[in-house]
Order: sequence, then structure tokens, then C-alpha cells
Amino acid sequence: MQVEVRVKLKEQVLDPQGEAIRRVLAGLGYAEIGGVRVGKLMLLEVDGEAPEAVRSRVEAACREVLANPVIEEFEVRLP
Amino acid sequence: MTKAGSGVRGPGSGNDMRPAGATGSARKRVAVVIFPGSNCDRDALAAVELVGGDAVPVWHQSADLGGCGAVILPGGFSYGDYLRAGAMAAHSPVMGAVRRHANAGGAVLGICNGFQMLLEIGLLPGAMLMNRTLRFICRDVHLRVERDDVPLLNHLRRGQVLTLPIAHKEGNWFAPAEVVRVVEAEGAVALRYCDERGEVGSAANPNGAINAVAGLVNRDGNVLGMMPHPERRVGALIGGLDGVELIRSLVEAA
Repeated sequence: MQVEVRVKLKEQVLDPQGEAIRRVLAGLGYAEIGGVRVGKLMLLEVDGEAPEAVRSRVEAACREVLANPVIEEFEVRLP
Repeated sequence: MTKAGSGVRGPGSGNDMRPAGATGSARKRVAVVIFPGSNCDRDALAAVELVGGDAVPVWHQSADLGGCGAVILPGGFSYGDYLRAGAMAAHSPVMGAVRRHANAGGAVLGICNGFQMLLEIGLLPGAMLMNRTLRFICRDVHLRVERDDVPLLNHLRRGQVLTLPIAHKEGNWFAPAEVVRVVEAEGAVALRYCDERGEVGSAANPNGAINAVAGLVNRDGNVLGMMPHPERRVGALIGGLDGVELIRSLVEAA
């Protein structure tokens, strides 16, 4: 199954890239876009039937390498 | 060389940099790990040899450090900085050996990308964010030495100002507030960005790192990570000698 992993910077971590994009958007007239945060989207092809077992394995992979828990948080989405 | 007499402004020629007394004694062996994408490995190997060490290149697939007493994780772009800088290299086979070496009290120096790896494997605290300016910064910076009581900084003096180059896009050191408090309380900051007079402040902080952190040392004093490149300042011809005493300290700790 295809599993979606979203990794983003934690709320309390400043995201200079998102802030730069917000400023560009404001310059283009998108004044209503008050905040931008940039993250990563990873699509994993995983062998497995039992959703909870798949989720548990993917979460382990997130903790081990896909996300850095000091600055990032992750979300695992199954189909 | 006594501490009081040791200045980074050493002899003007690269040929004069071998420490007195090194001749005849067994040379200290220092491993320099080469990852796919490392680009400062040759400089690190050459710097070790310049101060009288025996530099040993070690491929990242190696399961050991070839019996070396110290190891350098050099700068570069291991695995193209995919995922996060240093994140893929942190899982290379050799990193198990690096971790065991560090935990046994062995000397480890991570430079730039190597520092990022030490953060990724948790040998040093925190993580690197993208520079405040979002730019790759490649220029000389001033650094204030904050520690001189550990072997890896033995030939430096506290309060001394070094000039070394930085070359990175992810050098904006970050840690949660409670971790920063512990880092400062324990004196884990080895080097801080500063101006030419040694003053720390926002204007002298190139990347936005919390508390101007440019280098960290672990509690036992045997693991040092730093964003600036000492191996690029070991000869008058390549811009100066401010990196010599750092490399010398590492080699002697091997």
C-alpha cells in the first residue's frame, strides 16, 4: 500500500524558508496569506496488509531516520 | 609547547609546523572517514600529516576505524545532503564504530557536515536549521574559543579569537530552550561566532545559530563538532594558520 509521510518543522521552530515565501506572496498581493510553513511529503510503497502493523513500522522509520525529533514532527497517513 | 606560549599565529611556513619532539616517536594515527559526497577529506588528511600525524583514509562502509586513536568526520555534502544534512551518513556502517570509539573516550572531530552527522546520531545535542539568510555562506568568520580545558582544544586559549572559513547552508544551530540551558550550564559551547574583538552579537552571527554556537564539545570532552573549517587554515599559502592548533590538539589526543 502507499503510505504518506508528512514531515514538518515543529511549531516552535522558526522556518526561514516559509517566512521568505510568505514575504514573496505578500509582495504579489496575497496579503491574506499570513503564514507559510514548508515541510516534506514522502510517499512510501509498503508491503503489508494489516494497517496497524504497517503504521507501526513506518512510524519507527520516521523516528529512526525520516524525521529529526529535535526539530521536526511527522504524520503517517494510510490509504 | 606550553599553553601560555601557544598561539595560533605560528611559524610562517608549512614546513615548520611539526611539533618539536615528534621525530622518532610513533606517529599518532587519525582516521578520516570518506563518505560519498565528502569534499574536505583530502584537506583533513593533509592537515593531520602537517602536524605530524599519520592520516588514514577510512571508507564509510568500513566496520572499524583501522585501529586509529582519533577520527575526523570531514566536511562536504554526504549523500548530496538528501533528507537532511548528515542524516543519511549518520546511518553508514562506519558510524557504529565512530559511536563505540566516542563512548570509549576516543577523540572525534566533526567538521561542518561532520558536525551535522554528530548531531544526527546524538553524540552532540541539537540540530541544524537552514541559515537565517537562506543562503549558502562561504566566507571567513571570527570565533571565540570558550573552552581550553579539554584535550581537543588543548593548544588553544580561552578567549582567543580565531579566523576560520565557514561554508554551509545548514549551520543555524537549534535546540529546545531546556536543552540550550543545559548546554550553557555544562559549558558545552566550545566556539562562538564573534567579531574581530571577540564580541558576540547578532551582527557577528552569520547564520542565526542560537547563542552564536559555532562548535560544541560533549560532557567528557572527547567529541567536538564545529561548523568552521580548521583544516582549510593550516598554511600561509591557503590563507592562514588559525586551524593548526585545533588539528594539532586532535592528533595529540589520538
